[in-house]
Amino acid sequence: MEKMAETIFDIRDIRVTFDTPDGAVEAVRGVDMHVKAGETVAVVGESGSGKSQIMMAAMGLLASNGRAEGSVTYRGQELVGLPREKLNRVRGAKITMIFQEPMTSLDPLYTIERQISEPLRVHGGLSASAARRRALELLKLVHIPEPERRLRSYPHELSGGQRQRVMIAMALANGPDLLIADEPTTALDVTIQAEILGLLAELQHKLGMAILFITHDLTIVEAFADRVYVMQHGKVVEEGATEQIFSRPTKDYTKMLLAAEPEGHKPPVPKSAPILLDADKVSVTFFARGGLFSPGFALKAVQDVTLSLRAGQTVGIVGESGSGKSTLGRALLQLLPSEGRVVYQGVPIQGFDRAAMRPYRRNLQMVFQDPYGSLSPRMTVGEIITEGLLVHEPGLSAGQRVEQAMEALKEVGLDPAMRNRFPHEFSGGQRQRIAIARAVVLKPTVIVLDEPTSALDRSVQKQIITLLRRIQRSHNLSFIFISHDLAVVKALADYTIVMKSGRVVEEGLTDEVFERPRSDYTRDLMEAAFNLRQVLSRQAEARA
Amino acid sequence: MFGYVLRRLLGAIPTLFLVITASFFLMRVAPGGPFDQERALEAKVLENLNRVFHLDRPVWEQYLYYLGNLARGDLGPSFIYRDFSVQQLLANGLPVSIQLGGLALVVALLAGSVLGTIAALRQNSWIDYSVTAVATFGITVPNFVVAPLLSLIFGVWLSMLPAGGWGGGSPQNMVLPVITLALPQVAIVARLIRGSMIEALRSDHVRTARAYGLPTRMIVGVHALRAACLPAVSYLGPAAAALLTGSVVVETIFGLPGIGRYFVQGALNRDYTLVMGTVIIIAVFVVVFNLIVDLLYAALDPRVRYD
Repeated sequence: MEKMAETIFDIRDIRVTFDTPDGAVEAVRGVDMHVKAGETVAVVGESGSGKSQIMMAAMGLLASNGRAEGSVTYRGQELVGLPREKLNRVRGAKITMIFQEPMTSLDPLYTIERQISEPLRVHGGLSASAARRRALELLKLVHIPEPERRLRSYPHELSGGQRQRVMIAMALANGPDLLIADEPTTALDVTIQAEILGLLAELQHKLGMAILFITHDLTIVEAFADRVYVMQHGKVVEEGATEQIFSRPTKDYTKMLLAAEPEGHKPPVPKSAPILLDADKVSVTFFARGGLFSPGFALKAVQDVTLSLRAGQTVGIVGESGSGKSTLGRALLQLLPSEGRVVYQGVPIQGFDRAAMRPYRRNLQMVFQDPYGSLSPRMTVGEIITEGLLVHEPGLSAGQRVEQAMEALKEVGLDPAMRNRFPHEFSGGQRQRIAIARAVVLKPTVIVLDEPTSALDRSVQKQIITLLRRIQRSHNLSFIFISHDLAVVKALADYTIVMKSGRVVEEGLTDEVFERPRSDYTRDLMEAAFNLRQVLSRQAEARA
Repeated sequence: MFGYVLRRLLGAIPTLFLVITASFFLMRVAPGGPFDQERALEAKVLENLNRVFHLDRPVWEQYLYYLGNLARGDLGPSFIYRDFSVQQLLANGLPVSIQLGGLALVVALLAGSVLGTIAALRQNSWIDYSVTAVATFGITVPNFVVAPLLSLIFGVWLSMLPAGGWGGGSPQNMVLPVITLALPQVAIVARLIRGSMIEALRSDHVRTARAYGLPTRMIVGVHALRAACLPAVSYLGPAAAALLTGSVVVETIFGLPGIGRYFVQGALNRDYTLVMGTVIIIAVFVVVFNLIVDLLYAALDPRVRYD
């Protein structure tokens, strides 16, 4: 980047406070930041670090209970406390934003054309037909296939990646100086993420705007940004050029973040290990029910998947959203009607109803992705953990159950005294520990883990991975580990299955699949996940 | 679209059939009959009357007879208003009830949306609290209390408006009944709009609209209001039903010649055919309104499409 570039966006001692029933909460506690013309700056931090709230404050988008103090200037104009009419001349024109949730950030009730046209007409004073022509140009610029048709589409008719392209088109509409991107790829699959990042880099190269990129993902930062601010607890703990931060971090927190990538390796189980769960040609078909006079249709979510899980083994199932990996996990545990054959320790459990499955349930447990939704908010942690014992070991006395719950809590690294608290008092990582304790207390042999680390920050993820590894060893457990996160699967699984559109595209020992992927699909996944930098620089070369 | 409407109308036939059947037999189970009067009729007269109206037949035969007539579009003669058929009575009363109900619905939607939107935009201010308080009041106080009160205040004490009567459908005569009918609906619509508007204003796409510097009137009027309307639109079906059944009480209190009055009198006098006729009309209205609601919903929300 040119050293002499002018500073266009200058944040000085910004503070953001939220008034809550429990008193004022300071989300941002005095932060200085600046962005020069044409520069790419990343703000990195874990959830709750206040990184998004700075931008919300700068753009006048804080929730009604939030207030901002300090100064944010755009080319010398103070934005904090600016009357709305004046602020509206800057936002959407000179400074634009794209957000994390491509599903909800567009208005579901209006066409793409209308949504791209609105800022054009409001800021540029364009006529309806001129705005339409410009919207079409913009859709072509962001490489949306069939742009003419897409103008008339509604957001729900587009994929997540396409919606994010539409957001980018909106952001570019008025030729902005600065594009603020708030976790724009977090909700997308890795290959789509690489495409969107490549697009942003291409557009920046073409149009020359500065990008302020907010993310929790260091891989993106390394591949994408010129300069980095690292945030923790509402403050900047370290800043500097990307290369310097990644090669010579000075602060402990930055070092911790950099080291938080999942690590470790699981050796394959011996061939002699007994097979616990054997699935042969499992298929799941969803039927969309038609009405009285309208026909239904069928969707094959899982097609002819065969897998076997040996004692002590961890089978990782990876795939992008919609690949059928979660559906497969549920079908294996007979939580969904399916076809094929599933055998658990010699007993064909395929097609068992709830009553017939009950004796096997304690052996076949499940942990879900969402640590907020999967624990009943009205039960104490102790009740949640012991509930399964009531069903599977009705002979236990209340005292014995509490004892086992305390044991399980200790095992997952929580204070047994916490058993009388409710789930909302715990953090995401702690809740996931509780969910694991709930499974472990029944002394199962197989646990299906469905994206158990996906909602967690990297540093918390790492702790959960360590925990899973430990309880697997101490109880000789077998895991089916479902995740879209290749790094986590690489660290935990000894056998990996790659799924796409309901089918297995590749499988094998984890080392082989990750080191020498055979299918193009797997190779693309690996590249986008582990070599984002190369992917992006290849794209840049292709442009040049 | 046309196919969908046709399918829905055909789908309503079983519903109507069930409503008709249930009402028919429930009416017959109720004690007494159309010709029970304080001074009993002569046995011979009663016998003749019963024969004329087929009441001497077993109930299931009467039921089939009624269905047969209905299939030919004949709702039968009224048992009490001897010189009129049920069709004639309904033809007289229906325009009155439709005017009342329609006006009340319009008032409810307009006033409710405006109040709800204002309350949402000024959330937790005194304006919001007063709208909520008035809304709670409107829902809790029943119309048989509101109607006489309005009539007493504006009709008797202030002499501003007629205390009752139809007056050939003059606007003055409609004011009080329409207000009485609309009041609870205004309250419900206002609460619905307030809630969904607050949610819409917090939604991500409204945040996007703000971030792109759109003026407030566009954010509220274009983006938030359309989303906020959806729950209110869903409520239109039940609202139409409530307005028609609500008019039973209101028409009786204000002495208006609508179908609600026939409903009450018919039920009290065991005028079987008249009650059945009214029930069928109301059921048809509810079915049609639910269809309108679904079509309107699809027009407002592109994610819902019928074809």
